[in-house]
Amino acid sequence: MSALMKEAPRLVRTQPLMELSGLSKTYGNVRALDDVSARVYPGEVLGIVGESGSGKSTLLRMMNLEESPDTGRYRLDLPELPEDLFTLDRFERRMLRARRIGIVYQNPHLGLLMKHSSSGNVAERLLVAGERRFAVLREKAQVALEASEFPIPRMDAPPIELSGGMQQRVQLAKAIALEPAVLLLDEPTTGLDVSVQALVLDTLKRLQQERRITMVLVSHDLGVIRTMADRVMVMRHGRVVEEGLADQVFQDPQHAYTQQLVHAKL
Amino acid sequence: MTTILDVQGLTKTFEMHHLGQSLPAFEDLSFTLHAGEFLLLSGPNGVGKSTLLRTLYRSYLPVAGHLWFHSREGVIDMANAADIDVAHLRRTEIGFVTQFLNARPRVAAEEIVAEPMRLAGYGREEALEQARHWLAAFGVKPDLWRAYPTTFSGGEQQKVNLARALILPQRMLLLDEPTASLDKGARAALVARLAELKAQGVAMIGVFHHPGDVAALIDREIPLKPKTPIEEIADVAL
Repeated sequence: MSALMKEAPRLVRTQPLMELSGLSKTYGNVRALDDVSARVYPGEVLGIVGESGSGKSTLLRMMNLEESPDTGRYRLDLPELPEDLFTLDRFERRMLRARRIGIVYQNPHLGLLMKHSSSGNVAERLLVAGERRFAVLREKAQVALEASEFPIPRMDAPPIELSGGMQQRVQLAKAIALEPAVLLLDEPTTGLDVSVQALVLDTLKRLQQERRITMVLVSHDLGVIRTMADRVMVMRHGRVVEEGLADQVFQDPQHAYTQQLVHAKL
Repeated sequence: MTTILDVQGLTKTFEMHHLGQSLPAFEDLSFTLHAGEFLLLSGPNGVGKSTLLRTLYRSYLPVAGHLWFHSREGVIDMANAADIDVAHLRRTEIGFVTQFLNARPRVAAEEIVAEPMRLAGYGREEALEQARHWLAAFGVKPDLWRAYPTTFSGGEQQKVNLARALILPQRMLLLDEPTASLDKGARAALVARLAELKAQGVAMIGVFHHPGDVAALIDREIPLKPKTPIEEIADVAL
């Protein structure tokens, strides 16, 4: 619901899949996150928009358990997990990431080993999760690459030899190889040519519709958010300034900053 | 009569921060919509007819009042409901038929039309079969079913839009000039489909540039006037 509206009684008893509450984080004297809360419901795409330094990528890194806040809690509605995921140690976080959280970074170097084969990059995710049989690794890697619309004849080429769009498809295949509970997307199409960007977005949209994968998409590009998101959260200076259904945020923005952002796009 | 929507004291104002001013759209609007009823919104251009429809759909946030929607799962105030509930009701009970198709590029017409059924859990083949049925009913030729509607003319796009919007019966339909840009055959198909839905108990409220297109369906009229509180609905004999 809108951040500007009071809490409403609920009609549908759907529990959030992901719930982060009261996150604050300070780097030196910079307040990166200031009491940020977010809920992500099963099967939806939550878009997070904001300018550079708004805190959106920091929030995504916390969703991926790469960082911990100074204060705040993180709950995933999955069996056998603690009430606050920030209490997990490094190894437990790594296992949880490998099994249940997929991520695609803007910069493929952060998500891929650029000189290993593309299929090997995807298989690495399966290896971390415990799969050891070579034939199964290869087969599952191929299935994930196919789902990401990667050209299979090139599956053994290293990402360094691939175009930006293809590198993102390898990252996507790696992220979905184990059918994650949530897929985190950090500016996944930024820096790509417009036509390639459209193709990657098509793949993401198809995956979302066919598999109902829950996604959190961070982007400064309102067009990308508008195409993909069901709900939108607008961040500025480490705070959430507005939250709502995507069509409402774009057609009837409430906060002065959101109006400025939307009008700048139009 | 079964109540579907009970609107009480609904007020919409746009806050334009960059101008430091507010723009009132309508205020203190109250009316009730029943199952199988068809309400026509009337009034001059700019009076807030489309704004009212978008507020009922929650694309616009009301600043005051209530939108009590009597859903299958209970009564909820759409004016203050959680986004997740509004999204759920849009998928299952509330449809919005616009005058323009807002389709993703590089997606075939039949896939776009089938999408609401896919989202509602129907299998791909069944959804596509229904999609083709409705595309044919609105006069879209079979050789266009696999083509991308973003390349179609305005009229053909609107036929795809209507097929998509009306493929599943909703409990409430909001109609924003759906006959604009339609040829005679498609207009007749639309009116026939709306009549069928009305007979099934679907409640409808709409804006029409030429209300004569749907004259046979209209039960009551809400005449919107500039900045005038509307206390009751005029029963207009049509």
